[in-house]
Amino acid sequence: MEFLLLLATPIAGALVLGWLGARRFAPELNALFSLVTFAAACALTARVIAHGKALVAHEQFFIDPFNVFLVALTAFVGLTTALFSRPYMRVEMTHGRLSAGRLRLYHAMYQLFTFTMLLALTTNNIGLLWVAMEGATLSTVLLVTLYRTPASLEAGWKYFILCGVGIAQALFGTILIYFAAEKIIGGGGTTALLWTHLDAVKAQLEPRVMSLAFVFLLVGYGTKVGLAPLHNWLPDAHAEGPTPISAVLSGLLLNVALYAVVRCKVLVEGSLGTQLPSNMLMGFGLVSVVLAAFFLWRQRDIKRLFAYSSVEHMGIITFAFGMGGPVANFAALLHMTVHSLTKSAIFFTVGHAAQKAGSQLMDQIRGLITLSPTIGWGLMLGSLAIVGMPPFGVFAAEFLILTTAMKQQPWATPILLLALGVAFAAVFGRVQPMVFGETTARRLPHPPALLPVFAHLAIVLALGLFVPPYLADWYRQAAVMIGGH
Amino acid sequence: MNNVPVLLQLVNACAAGLLLLSFAMLSQRRIVTLVYLLATQGALLCLATLLLAWRTHQPHLYISAGLTLGLKVIFLPWLLHRLIRRLDVYWDSEPLINASVTMLLGLLIVVFAFGLAQPIAALSSTAARSTIGIAIAVILLAFMMMITRRKAMSQVVGFLSMENGLFFGAMSATYGMPMVVELGVALDVLVAMLVLGVFFFQIREQFDSLDLHHLESLKEKH
Repeated sequence: MEFLLLLATPIAGALVLGWLGARRFAPELNALFSLVTFAAACALTARVIAHGKALVAHEQFFIDPFNVFLVALTAFVGLTTALFSRPYMRVEMTHGRLSAGRLRLYHAMYQLFTFTMLLALTTNNIGLLWVAMEGATLSTVLLVTLYRTPASLEAGWKYFILCGVGIAQALFGTILIYFAAEKIIGGGGTTALLWTHLDAVKAQLEPRVMSLAFVFLLVGYGTKVGLAPLHNWLPDAHAEGPTPISAVLSGLLLNVALYAVVRCKVLVEGSLGTQLPSNMLMGFGLVSVVLAAFFLWRQRDIKRLFAYSSVEHMGIITFAFGMGGPVANFAALLHMTVHSLTKSAIFFTVGHAAQKAGSQLMDQIRGLITLSPTIGWGLMLGSLAIVGMPPFGVFAAEFLILTTAMKQQPWATPILLLALGVAFAAVFGRVQPMVFGETTARRLPHPPALLPVFAHLAIVLALGLFVPPYLADWYRQAAVMIGGH
Repeated sequence: MNNVPVLLQLVNACAAGLLLLSFAMLSQRRIVTLVYLLATQGALLCLATLLLAWRTHQPHLYISAGLTLGLKVIFLPWLLHRLIRRLDVYWDSEPLINASVTMLLGLLIVVFAFGLAQPIAALSSTAARSTIGIAIAVILLAFMMMITRRKAMSQVVGFLSMENGLFFGAMSATYGMPMVVELGVALDVLVAMLVLGVFFFQIREQFDSLDLHHLESLKEKH
């Protein structure tokens, strides 16, 4: 029941918002649909807390400790982003960057995007997982090009082609897994694609085919995670699209893609019994962290800066999943949660800051704190959280990852520390003059919605101090399930 | 070869045709001809699926062949052709960069693909296992085509050719994916092409051309 509501609400939202078109109350309606989706996710979470994991609809959908918190997180950030986009998109319309027709497209696609992510998270069928991931790309391509500027068209084309090609590789990987599973489980129905069944027989799957499959899957879904050197689409798509989309791309889509990679890694590692998948994850992760940290220095556009910061954090999380073991996996799951909340909060403040300054160039954004203390403080606190200052949750996660790295992969620790230091200096050095200093900001025609920013940051702060027992329990169970080492 | 039944020999012939068409696309300059080649490749894929369906009596392969016929032989080429006419790029062609080197690289890719297919083919029990190498080669050649071409339309043809290779690979290794997944994939391809149609007009409106040279300003700025 909760499942049905969870998946049907965004679909209904997309149809209704597409059909109603550019009404005055469309942004509120969009938020309402997201609220219902969030309520369904809460009900589902409550059910999992009460009864544990569940398989529904002939095992086609499932919820377990690994995806339950991601479903709740996706629905929550979906809701807060809808709340944020309400005044944001109205300001964009007043500034003449959008027409009413495009706002209709925006709302319909926003709901469709939420649906594809929730489908990807809850489906037990790795074939449907692929379909949902491709759907997530397709529903956001036209949102990246929403402003129809030359730069946004270029970003959209890059996003479409790179992710399209990447996801085609992932399809081949999925075919190979089906091929290996069919020998054990038997073909015909969808059973040989159900993750729970694959997980049960993973030790019998043919290792050579599975290792080949993993290469294709990692490259395919890794493109969407934004792992270097496949990250080229990411900064462009984040910088040129509307800010609410940057927030959900960074905060949610990257997580969902990483979720797909980890699901596949569990199967392949079980089949191979070697360190190959882990080593590949660690390699890609480390390259992403280092590359992104140094690219941070060269950025002038504020949204590109934080897009590269997302590449860096995804790299850290991927590295942690690569190390494996209960502690590193726990830290990676925690990091996924807090990064998603912090980064979307930052994009909310960045969006309004850019609107106030009339530019996304960091040199032209100055003195936010004078005219609008909430935006200034929001950006400052968000940046402090994202660079890993205590007591925020990102610090706790990074601390756990670094201490595990010292024990398990000592060679990688100095590289990680160096990259984190470089990223800290780059982000902090850029944000400080934007928040303080002489003001150049102007008034906005609609008051910004900053409640989501502080709600996100409060949760991140709380998670840095105390992880609720059931959440910690899910993290632990998921960490054991993901395994490694 | 003497022991191989006629039907399977026909499937192998189709596979060879698919590979030849991939090479033809790699060396074809005119955009509209690329679309015809793509449609032919789809038709061969459909024929191969039908032959396998007939031989193995798998009903879902007939549906799969029908999907291929409807989507890849009729609808998508028609859509692309219409786009080409409406965007007035009918006579467009693009210079190829070093055609002979591209061809030689293509040959190397085929050898590599057969090497890659070895472990899969050894395990496969399907009738068409010898064609897995060709499927991988078609995928990789399409990939190469996307890298070497500069026109948006040729990149899209490369993308669809890659999809053809993927379908052929799924068929030769496992007689296709389960129906629900195949339908989902077909839906995604369809939506992708519709999105692209919209996209082309946006690019055209903005730049007055479909040449991707215009889309290169977002380099890393200093």
